Amino acid sequence: MKKFLIQAAWPLAVFVVVITAWHLCCRWLAIPAYVLPQPSAVVRVVIERHQTLWNAFCITALEAGGGYLLSILGGVVIALFFAQSPLIRRSFYPYTILLQTVPIVAIAPLILMWFGSGLRSVMLVAFVICLFPIIANTTQGLISVPRNLIDLFVMSNASRSRQLLKLRLPYALPHLFVGLRISAGISVIGAVTGELFASSNAVGEGGLGYSITYANSQLQTDYLFALVLTASLLGFLFFFTITALEWLCLRKWHESAMKTDAD
Amino acid sequence: MIPTANPQPPFITLDSVTKRWSNGATVLDGLSLQAERGEFISLIGPSGCGKSTLLRLLAGLSGLSSGSVKLDGMLPESAREIMSFIFQDATLLPWRTVRSNVELGLELEGKTTESQRHKTSTELLQWVGLSDVADLHPRQLSGGMRMRVSIARALATRPKILLMDEPFGALDEMTRDFLNEEVLRLRENDQFTTFFVTHSVAEAVFLSTRILVLRAKPGQIAREIPVPFSYPRTAALRSAPEFLRLVGEVSAALRSVQVPSNPSNPGHP
Repeated sequence: MKKFLIQAAWPLAVFVVVITAWHLCCRWLAIPAYVLPQPSAVVRVVIERHQTLWNAFCITALEAGGGYLLSILGGVVIALFFAQSPLIRRSFYPYTILLQTVPIVAIAPLILMWFGSGLRSVMLVAFVICLFPIIANTTQGLISVPRNLIDLFVMSNASRSRQLLKLRLPYALPHLFVGLRISAGISVIGAVTGELFASSNAVGEGGLGYSITYANSQLQTDYLFALVLTASLLGFLFFFTITALEWLCLRKWHESAMKTDAD
Repeated sequence: MIPTANPQPPFITLDSVTKRWSNGATVLDGLSLQAERGEFISLIGPSGCGKSTLLRLLAGLSGLSSGSVKLDGMLPESAREIMSFIFQDATLLPWRTVRSNVELGLELEGKTTESQRHKTSTELLQWVGLSDVADLHPRQLSGGMRMRVSIARALATRPKILLMDEPFGALDEMTRDFLNEEVLRLRENDQFTTFFVTHSVAEAVFLSTRILVLRAKPGQIAREIPVPFSYPRTAALRSAPEFLRLVGEVSAALRSVQVPSNPSNPGHP
């Protein structure tokens, strides 16, 4: 616990310094509030509008979380398909790379046009952006099982499904978690981007992305700051949850989760 | 040799076994070999002589190009139930505990209940001296301990044939000597027939009933050297003059099949 406090002291110190510098800049340089609001103004707006912030947070969390869960399901299924043969990988893999290389801001309007401007479409945008890291990492894990381990299962006359269940899937789990950690953060990016293109009436009150465009157009920069901070908080929450889950699953046996042992 | 009437065919028969890679290179060329029950046969030879390939052919992990392999009257694929393979590294599943790694073979066979498996693994872990670490994970063990887990796992299915592919190559000499003695001790208990690939002449002499020296390109049996020492063998054997004489003889045979080394050849030493 003491160690934790000492470790937390440094980032905390940085935080205090940055906030103070921000505050002093606003005061001394007389920057107008619509360009850069003071930290205290941001805190005030968070308190005043906590209800609308919370609503926006929930909507975006639902969109990002839904897309994320779908991408885990879809990504693992596709990875299992890819792991079947090199021919399948050669044939389809280039197209999954498209998922990664086409900018999400270019796909989002298309998805909203095709599937309507609603919560489900925004979820789909989050799904698309999360999919690739999960496919790529899980496939990598499934196909990099050492030859000897496979031979061991062959020697035991293990069926393909047993090999998958007792060997390939557990072996791929640390790889899957790498994908999950990458996608946790970007799922929020996907949802916010999706909302930028969705109209407010379709998303009800509007999630964080919609509120950001609104605040921006109204020059409510302090509220904009509050929204951006909330969005990063959401991403952090996803990331933290998955890291905790990873630790729970791998701590007993995987090197990456056992750092404290090595100290 | 005087032909004698032999009502029982040999336990293991290899008849002019040839293995070619798809690029046409011949790894094994017309190799014939017979083994009786309970024999401990070491395969030794320069890199590329096909000793590991021979083991994989016996296990049915690799197909023959021509010839035939019969194990207890069965083809290799069908004989897997009576065989266990011990690899160069311990090949343990890192997410399973030591105990559950030992039980893996039985679990995959699916013929035993959980309590039966538990009983078997308890016995075996005791045999290899790992009862205290049964609930640890492989990464918490030393290399030598991991190899013992691997041996225990292989023996859990009570194999009649044990194939060992240079299992102690990565261990230090003391651990290796200790495990050699352990293998002989386990062999007293279960009279499995063993094929043992190694690079260590002393190890081969200490363990085997027979040593096959292979030559490379193409892989063939160059010499067959019987080891006359009776079992049980103890560590003291290693310093006996007749042991050292035989080590010398096998080393000489190994040197004679060594391809003259070419300094510009980047291959293995």
